[in-house]
Amino acid sequence: MSGKLRKIFSDGKKKLVGFASAGCPTIGESLEFMDAMLAGGVDVLEIGVPFSDPMADGPTIQASSQKALASGTTLKDVFALCKKLSRKYPEKGFVLFSYYNLIFHMGPEKFAAAAKEAGADGILIVDVPLEERREIKPVLDKFGLDLIPLVSPATPKERAREILKGIKGFVYYIIYKGVTGTRTKLPNDLKDKIGELKEASSLPVAAGFGVSDPVMAKRVAKTADGVVMGSAFVRIQLDGDLSSAKKAAKAKKLAADCRSALDQ
Amino acid sequence: MSKTHFGPYGGQFVAETLMPALHELEKAYAEAKSDPAFKAELKSLLRDYVGRTSPLYFAKRLTEKIGGANIYLKREDLNHTGAHKINNTIGQALLAKRMDKKRLIAETGAGMHGVATATVAALLGFECEVFMGELDIKRQAPNVQRMHALGAKVRSVSSGTGTLKDAMNEALRDWVATFQDTFYVIGTVAGPHPYPAMVRDFQSVIGKEARAQFKKLSGKLPDQVIACVGGGSNAMGIFHAFLKDKDVALYGVEAGGRGLKTKAHAASINGGEVGVLHGCKTYLLQTGDGQILDAYSVSAGLDYPGVGPEHSYLHDIGRVKYTAINDKEALAAFHSLCLYEGIIPALESAHALAQAIINAKRLGKGKNIIVCLSGRGDKDMDNIVNYEAKMKEKKQ
Repeated sequence: MSGKLRKIFSDGKKKLVGFASAGCPTIGESLEFMDAMLAGGVDVLEIGVPFSDPMADGPTIQASSQKALASGTTLKDVFALCKKLSRKYPEKGFVLFSYYNLIFHMGPEKFAAAAKEAGADGILIVDVPLEERREIKPVLDKFGLDLIPLVSPATPKERAREILKGIKGFVYYIIYKGVTGTRTKLPNDLKDKIGELKEASSLPVAAGFGVSDPVMAKRVAKTADGVVMGSAFVRIQLDGDLSSAKKAAKAKKLAADCRSALDQ
Repeated sequence: MSKTHFGPYGGQFVAETLMPALHELEKAYAEAKSDPAFKAELKSLLRDYVGRTSPLYFAKRLTEKIGGANIYLKREDLNHTGAHKINNTIGQALLAKRMDKKRLIAETGAGMHGVATATVAALLGFECEVFMGELDIKRQAPNVQRMHALGAKVRSVSSGTGTLKDAMNEALRDWVATFQDTFYVIGTVAGPHPYPAMVRDFQSVIGKEARAQFKKLSGKLPDQVIACVGGGSNAMGIFHAFLKDKDVALYGVEAGGRGLKTKAHAASINGGEVGVLHGCKTYLLQTGDGQILDAYSVSAGLDYPGVGPEHSYLHDIGRVKYTAINDKEALAAFHSLCLYEGIIPALESAHALAQAIINAKRLGKGKNIIVCLSGRGDKDMDNIVNYEAKMKEKKQ
């Protein structure tokens, strides 16, 4: 169903967007892990597709990609995982979070068809900025998949307007400059920047990068429509001391704690 | 052709977080390019510091031994720091100065570009940090020492496979958080726009000189120009001036490693597929699932799984013929140049020489070939000795 992401954001509640790496440390464990995130209260799941050269990611997500590839995770596995979760949680949103080479190499049409078939609602392509969108956006449009664009603190206002044109799902506002990873302090300009985006379009704004706990999530959600948590979940995925059941339980609790912080 | 692409290749495939840095660089470079003061400063440093013009040398004894076309060498090995890399790092460092940046960062594989960047950082008073894969740090210890001596920090990169491509990822990660005061000096004609065009422009001095030198010498143009291609900066540098000379055949020589039929090579055009890496669309070595593969060559400087996007374009339109020379052929050419000319070439350049030796025989006497001798080979001696000892062991 097209427009599901937009619909998820339309009930006035603050949304929790959670990221985890598919295949980390194995595809089976990541399925259990993501299931727990969704059960705990994640509204939109960003499924990280492992790539050999994740140039925009910090050490945590890099390590998770490497683990996923080392365990033999393929695109086919990722689509199968997405399909299982989207069938089990039809009311939730699913975004594939990928680098462009994986999509380009498979063929944009084939990738989009497979993503759609797997129940994905949107695609976030880290290394496709506004300048390079023309090749992939029409294909995603054709398959009813939302392209989720990134806007950063250094994106000029006019450029942000251009980026939002033709976008249907939501926009991902990157709170910090730099690569992914958890931080402890929020920048002062967060409110103004998100305000600018809200002014530029009616699209929901999910803000993330570095959000590490429920307290921070709540503060971000004061201005944004949703908050994205990535590295905080992936750190649990990478914890070698925990059994897969314990990791899943921890992820579920983190999601639930954030959920209740956002709902307060 | 769009400003940011070469046919379908090139582009700016980076995260939104990096776009402001690229826009700033594009603008600054466009201004610098047409500023006579910038050009004059570059020219004077290339002359007085690098030692340009580099000679175009007729390799008479090698030519006689081969018994075919005349082989000329464009002696980039005689530049300060021993390779063509400095043509580019001086250009980018001057641009960084213009942009009021305080710190230079660079990626390096074999260490030559790292050394060339550390050199200009010392020359012009920048802080300098070079990203290098942990595996390469072990393999290229002398260059690490040179960088340290020049005052640069060498940051060990352990992510991925700990080689050049990972060093480039890490440099990009650093840059995205630091571009306000940091300039990223990319070492080859790859990366996001404007790097491929900018690095080519800075290296194009090689071809401009070679073309004029040969014309002065013989009153005509050479029949062939041959250069090795890893990322492809010395090749773009020497080809660029000849692109419009349709009668001059251009050869880009990739590293065939242990052979194109094995997985152990670095021939992105001859043995790869089109993809997107480090900000540009180009030919890449990759798996069926689109994961980037590690390149292999006896020559560490050719050991990159991609190639500059302009090369991909020149390949597609048929203007440049891309071939592959394997480890053994390159080593044979290395020894020939040592023995017949008293010149120790870099292993990278030896790939171009090997192709020249093949082509000289085919072309026959009276024809002329220019080879870009991109660097000197002192840095490769340990590597060559070890490699040949291993080969000998295998045979016994």
